[in-house]
Amino acid sequence: MAASSLSFSPKTITSSPRPKTNPFINHFSHSLQFPIASSTSRAIFTSPTTSIVPRASSVISRATNDAASTNTNTFHGLCYVVGDNIDTDQIIPAEYLTLVPSKPEEYEKLGTYALIGLPSTYTTRFIDENETKTKYKIVIGGDNFGCGSSREHAPVALGAAGVAAVVAESYARIFFRNSVATGEIYPLESEGRLCEECRTGDVVTIEMAESRLINHSTGKEYKLKPIGDAGPVIDAGGIFAYARQTGMIPSQN
Amino acid sequence: MASFSVFSTPTSSFFNKKDPGWFRFSSTSQLSVHKCKNSKKIVSVMAPQQSERRPATTGSVKTAMTLTEKILARASEKPQLFPGENAWVSVDILMTHDICGPGSFGIFKKEFGANAKVWDREKIVIIPEHYIFTSDERANRNVGILRDFCTEQNIKYFYDITDVGNFRANPDYKGVCHVALAQEGHCRPGECSHQVLLGTDSHTCTAGAFGQFATGIGITDAGFLLGTGKTLLKVPPTLRFVLDGEMPDKDLILQIIGEISVAGATYKSMEFTGTTVESLSMEERMTLCNMVIEAGGKNGVVPADTTTFNYLEDKTSLPYEPVYSDEQARFLSEYRCDVSKLEPLVAKMYFCSLNSPDNLALARECKDVKIDRVYIGSCTGGKTEDFLAAARVFLASGKRVKVPTFLVPATQKVWMGLYTLPVPGSGGKTCSQIFEEAGCDTPASPSCGACMGGPLDTYAHLNEPKVCVSTTNRNFPGRMGHKEGQIYLASPYTAAASALTGYVTDPREFLR
Repeated sequence: MAASSLSFSPKTITSSPRPKTNPFINHFSHSLQFPIASSTSRAIFTSPTTSIVPRASSVISRATNDAASTNTNTFHGLCYVVGDNIDTDQIIPAEYLTLVPSKPEEYEKLGTYALIGLPSTYTTRFIDENETKTKYKIVIGGDNFGCGSSREHAPVALGAAGVAAVVAESYARIFFRNSVATGEIYPLESEGRLCEECRTGDVVTIEMAESRLINHSTGKEYKLKPIGDAGPVIDAGGIFAYARQTGMIPSQN
Repeated sequence: MASFSVFSTPTSSFFNKKDPGWFRFSSTSQLSVHKCKNSKKIVSVMAPQQSERRPATTGSVKTAMTLTEKILARASEKPQLFPGENAWVSVDILMTHDICGPGSFGIFKKEFGANAKVWDREKIVIIPEHYIFTSDERANRNVGILRDFCTEQNIKYFYDITDVGNFRANPDYKGVCHVALAQEGHCRPGECSHQVLLGTDSHTCTAGAFGQFATGIGITDAGFLLGTGKTLLKVPPTLRFVLDGEMPDKDLILQIIGEISVAGATYKSMEFTGTTVESLSMEERMTLCNMVIEAGGKNGVVPADTTTFNYLEDKTSLPYEPVYSDEQARFLSEYRCDVSKLEPLVAKMYFCSLNSPDNLALARECKDVKIDRVYIGSCTGGKTEDFLAAARVFLASGKRVKVPTFLVPATQKVWMGLYTLPVPGSGGKTCSQIFEEAGCDTPASPSCGACMGGPLDTYAHLNEPKVCVSTTNRNFPGRMGHKEGQIYLASPYTAAASALTGYVTDPREFLR
């Protein structure tokens, strides 16, 4: 999803160096051929001739993965706190799914509806009236963030609204995968329940290199789990950009 | 991160093995579902840490694999795969619909070029069915985008609809994608082909009922897939459920979700076996696998058997060879249940979002809950057998419904069945006749309907804060429209019984 008119680079203050080791997508370092993007020929797949069967030990486990991601991104801003099981219907209700994320104007419109599905128990609006972007750069959630429907409109809406990162206790897998594939937001995991420690409107800083979140409003610091395998994919701007970076698919002209 | 060992667990059941069933009912107390003995904390959704896998002691070269592991291994041309590994998998079918298709095509073209061709025009099934019968301009435009792409790419399977005023005037139109995939013979057990089925919809896991690997993906992944025919998948460990006894499918899966929690299967495969499962029809197995996603599951599988083969006989002539978990395959956990001890359930409003066991209740314990309407439809509860189930209850009662009862058949075929198939024990009546006599609404045009709300003019859209018993799959706030609408998820039996009384009702009030 790399339309030239859209910004898919992570919303960071500092950019991260290219990853040196083989992260999230194991096979990328092996010579798998992928179909061409030539304008006239049909996309065909060429089977790899030298693929190496990955051993369990070669799978990079997240908890010990500090070396794989050299992400030095920092995020700073206000946080918006939500609870457990925030499903994608709440993130972007179904009535807005007629908006097609790959169309620039509709991408922006999706952003204006981010988290509009939250029940009225959330008294603070995520996006102020008459605004199109949110002032909350970081969303803090509980367990199973992004559960429910597979709609990619969900991480897209958050990203389009101006969210840089979500820090949740855990994620539903399709939402996590979509966040990584699109490069729209960093889906970070906390150690413990940050949604009970932070309040909407707190000023926080996330330091990826240190894997920590600092809440300036309370003066407390919290450990985050390293982004691990997914980091370099998000840094590159999503799966396509990453695939090009690693030579999996050819660059565009 | 809570790490869990994939390989070391013996059969870990979370109830006392001496007890029949998963929990006891007290006639006087409120139902309380036993919490899983494992921590209720939802584990991280990233891959679990993998310790070095020990070689099999039997000396065999390959370590035993589960059904899911085998399918992914074959699809990635690997002799062996272990849970936690990432593998590039060849995909046999990619399904998309009107909500996600346009976005997927947009990405495909941007990334592979305006004139790029899809990897295989016969492996893509495009099914408009979400927002069809509406005057919403964008919704209609999106179906047009599907059409343009299919024409340009010469896509073999495009179940088009052009006349939304009369669904029957569209010979190609099918309806709800997950049901259509099955009915059109696109779901087949794995080995040679059609073993990996991906769709841009979370309920794609439904197809696992056929003993194949099926899961939902997003638009960007689909765009990548359109150009390459491959996707990167992380191999999930498998939870095995051994279910014995007789029980309706929807109640069964609600029970399982209540037991393991709405994230209990996150990043895991759910394999369903046992005499209960063997006795289920294909549609009932589809209901089971359909809601795997509501437990966070990556995919669900039911091993193929005679029931599967019989179903496929008139639907496909393509070869297939079923795959099964090895005898010695390792499962993350094994849950055993005597299903005959269980009773009809409802998932009370916000079940999925509040994740509280109190939100799963016995239907009979909710008999004081007054309801405003009943909705029977969706990929979960709008199949032929779901309507037959509802018809059985209406027939047994002989009375008329007390609340508006909306019927939305999933596909054209289901719709036709309502008007042609005789309901057992009715003396030759069809479902449609029984529904009419019971005072239900006329069966609507087949589509996803109001299961997920949709445009405001969608049939049965919840426009007010009403209470609805529904055979659908989610009841998050605002799911069917109004944010304060209360949705009770139930089996079609329970839905029909509730329609007859105007309160949440155990269907055994009518069926004994």
